[in-house]
Amino acid sequence: MAKYIGKRLIYMIITLALIATFTFFLMKILPGSPVASADKLSPEQRAVVEARYGLDKPLPMQYFDYMFGLVQGDLGISINQFKGADVTDVILSRMGPSAQIGFQGMVLGTVLGILLGMIAALRQNTWIDYTSTFVAIVGISIPSFVFASLLQYWFGLKWDLFPVALWKDGFMSSVLPSVALAMFPLATAARFIRTEMIEVLGSDYITLAKAKGASGSEIAFKHAFRNALIPLITVLGPMAVAILTGSLVVEQIFAIPGIGEQFVKSIMVNDFAIIMGTTIFFSVFLIVIILLVDILYGVIDPRIRLSGGKN
Amino acid sequence: MKNSKIFWLLSLVLVLSAFLAACGGNDDEDTGTEKPEGNETAGEPDADQVLNLMESAEIPTMDISLAEDAVAFNIFNNVNEGLFRLNKENVAEPALADGEPTVSEDGLTYTFKLRDSNWSDGTPVTANDFVYSWQRSIDPATGSPYGAYMMAGSIVNATEIAAGEMEPTELGVTAVDDNTLEVQLERPVPYFMSLMSFPTFYPQNEAFISEKGDAYASNSDNLIFNGPFTLTDWDGTGLTWKMQKNPEYWDAETVKLETINVDVVKEPATAVNLYNSGEKDRAGLAGEFARQYANDENLVTDLEPTLFYFKLNQERNGEKNALANVHIRKAIAQGFNKQDLVDVVLANGSLPANYLVPTEFSFDENNADFRDVNGDLIEFNAEEAAEHWAMGLEELGVEEVTLEILGGDTETAKNMDAYLKDQLETNLEGLTINLKAVPFGVRLELDEAQDYDIQTAGWGPDYQDPMTFIDLFVTGSAQNKMSYSNSEYDALVESAKGELATDPAGRWEAMAKAEKILLADDAAIAPIYQRGAMALQQPYVNDIIKHPFGGDFSYKWAYISGK
Repeated sequence: MAKYIGKRLIYMIITLALIATFTFFLMKILPGSPVASADKLSPEQRAVVEARYGLDKPLPMQYFDYMFGLVQGDLGISINQFKGADVTDVILSRMGPSAQIGFQGMVLGTVLGILLGMIAALRQNTWIDYTSTFVAIVGISIPSFVFASLLQYWFGLKWDLFPVALWKDGFMSSVLPSVALAMFPLATAARFIRTEMIEVLGSDYITLAKAKGASGSEIAFKHAFRNALIPLITVLGPMAVAILTGSLVVEQIFAIPGIGEQFVKSIMVNDFAIIMGTTIFFSVFLIVIILLVDILYGVIDPRIRLSGGKN
Repeated sequence: MKNSKIFWLLSLVLVLSAFLAACGGNDDEDTGTEKPEGNETAGEPDADQVLNLMESAEIPTMDISLAEDAVAFNIFNNVNEGLFRLNKENVAEPALADGEPTVSEDGLTYTFKLRDSNWSDGTPVTANDFVYSWQRSIDPATGSPYGAYMMAGSIVNATEIAAGEMEPTELGVTAVDDNTLEVQLERPVPYFMSLMSFPTFYPQNEAFISEKGDAYASNSDNLIFNGPFTLTDWDGTGLTWKMQKNPEYWDAETVKLETINVDVVKEPATAVNLYNSGEKDRAGLAGEFARQYANDENLVTDLEPTLFYFKLNQERNGEKNALANVHIRKAIAQGFNKQDLVDVVLANGSLPANYLVPTEFSFDENNADFRDVNGDLIEFNAEEAAEHWAMGLEELGVEEVTLEILGGDTETAKNMDAYLKDQLETNLEGLTINLKAVPFGVRLELDEAQDYDIQTAGWGPDYQDPMTFIDLFVTGSAQNKMSYSNSEYDALVESAKGELATDPAGRWEAMAKAEKILLADDAAIAPIYQRGAMALQQPYVNDIIKHPFGGDFSYKWAYISGK
């Protein structure tokens, strides 16, 4: 296990280095200047500003400078969104709300989705099943920003149950955005669990368990559910990605000081350090999630061995 | 399965809410039923003076020398102050200056006496704070975007200092004593007083900035103020901040608001929802929302001094085209109905423009609007347009003309250009218009290369004077990429900048004459509309003043009454 994780860590670092490199050069071919009002600056002033951010150096030098800083944990300085602000500070201050609504949305969505999927599978081809399938289809096909707007309008404005927007009332502020984000994982989990459980419930060993006199709940939870979880875990990674990308819009709709919305803006205004910082931050997040998912496989299903052969 | 009931209930509510919302999409106007009663005439200020506002973006910087965006300028206009300030009528009046300055006969030396005023830490604002601030902004090492832009060509040595050829200390501004500031100009600048209300010319506290070093302006604790309010609870990158009444402000007794709570809300729909929930007191309306709330009783419309017009390019890619003919240009300029455009297509409080210099923007020394001098110069008139068109075609010896309109790729721009195409093709027989919608960056490139026939362009002022518009179309100007050249026009602009600079009446007349040549005689451009902005504002909010340039709003006089 330790060897496996060690190896994976090395891959992770290589992946990150590649992502950073790729993003760095892609970013440099973005049209426009990171100096917001370049047209108003005299050539001398512009030279001063560019020198301040190291933009006057040849591209390879800029790249090595950046990577050298990165290794030391320095993500650089924002050029135009927040003049002179440390990108690490920006990310740290914005990460909290994003992480909170992302985590809550993921947990809420997955748990509810699993329940929904299980009920549907156990009551296959009844109205319960059809309703749950309908909910799943709605959840998958309607984008999170539509849910976000609807939740805001009904639960916030019309019924006054939660804050309309803004990040001011602690947990209460996080409820609607989390629910909006939860719809996608909910629908995905429900679909997966239903399909897998129906398949498992029809398999030979379940028939055997039934023959041996195992109770309904024992079959459902101990046998069927556990096996149905494996494919779900496979999609947890992509789901985390969906939550992240979904959060860009949800954060904007609820006016939450999150990192997703910041990322989009930084691309629009060529704020190099923030583009790099957030890309790297997102990448680390995803890579770690993928690793965790892989480790979880082994925990849930002992048949899957991580390092191969160390039985 | 204990949870299943709750779960079903929750999912049912969610699904139902989706349907209900879909059905009830258009009843937004009812959402404000619990709105407080409107007070017809502004009454006595309430005991509780709290204003809740929204901004559309974060504050990029609160360093006066580095600021360049609307959000920062708007805050500066409320937490700091310069020698002059735009008053409720948008006329620059003395603020930190103790009355009008003494101006030398040649109009080149201004001597300002300063009134007694303090920084928020209780130390006095001195003439040296201005000298330090201006020198800091013009110093190339500071990298100030507006420093050279606002000072070069006006203040002695500014151009050379910005180019790194002279020391910042040689800038033409000196502190004669603590309360006397002397400014040397390179040429007379008739609109100099309005410039003094622009944030770049505000004072900065040298002792404070030196003490804070790199931390200066990084958050509200590292800032110092001398205006009606102080900025608080701003962490440097966050989406929220406050403004609190500044007890040290020299005119604190005029300021009624105690607190202004500001949150950044980027989604227009969210802003409207927050307004309707009563949480916010004012919400800007963009696009579709402007139409939706057009008849709301709490709608406020602000006219902006931003003009949109057709640039009529007379020489595309080095070759003269149909637009080189003055009758063709006049036909186009008169050939579309502007009133319908602003009423139906834009529907955001914009005005049809028959002029270059916007209305309610610049005033002479008697506070008369520049617009009163020339009035309307080129109006919609389908018959005259058709006559000019026929004459133009005859002179060119053709029966048909095909032109391209180069425009923006936003929804509003596309709608507008489609409308204008339809109008022109209907009113001018034999005209075919092709539309070309491109992103802003591409449009700039095509403009630079003069690769277009007609272009929808817009211009907002850099200072409060007709010249900021009139100057655009002199021969060779960066904005005149359409081969327009009229020596009489150039001469009038030159004289208004030169020998007439100290003769306000003569100068005003010269600029008016130039505008008349540009539009009535030459139809070099075809004005379309002057932009309006709409917002919803709670009826208990009074006296938020919108300004044409510099910071957008003043809250100095604002108050809550009848909430």
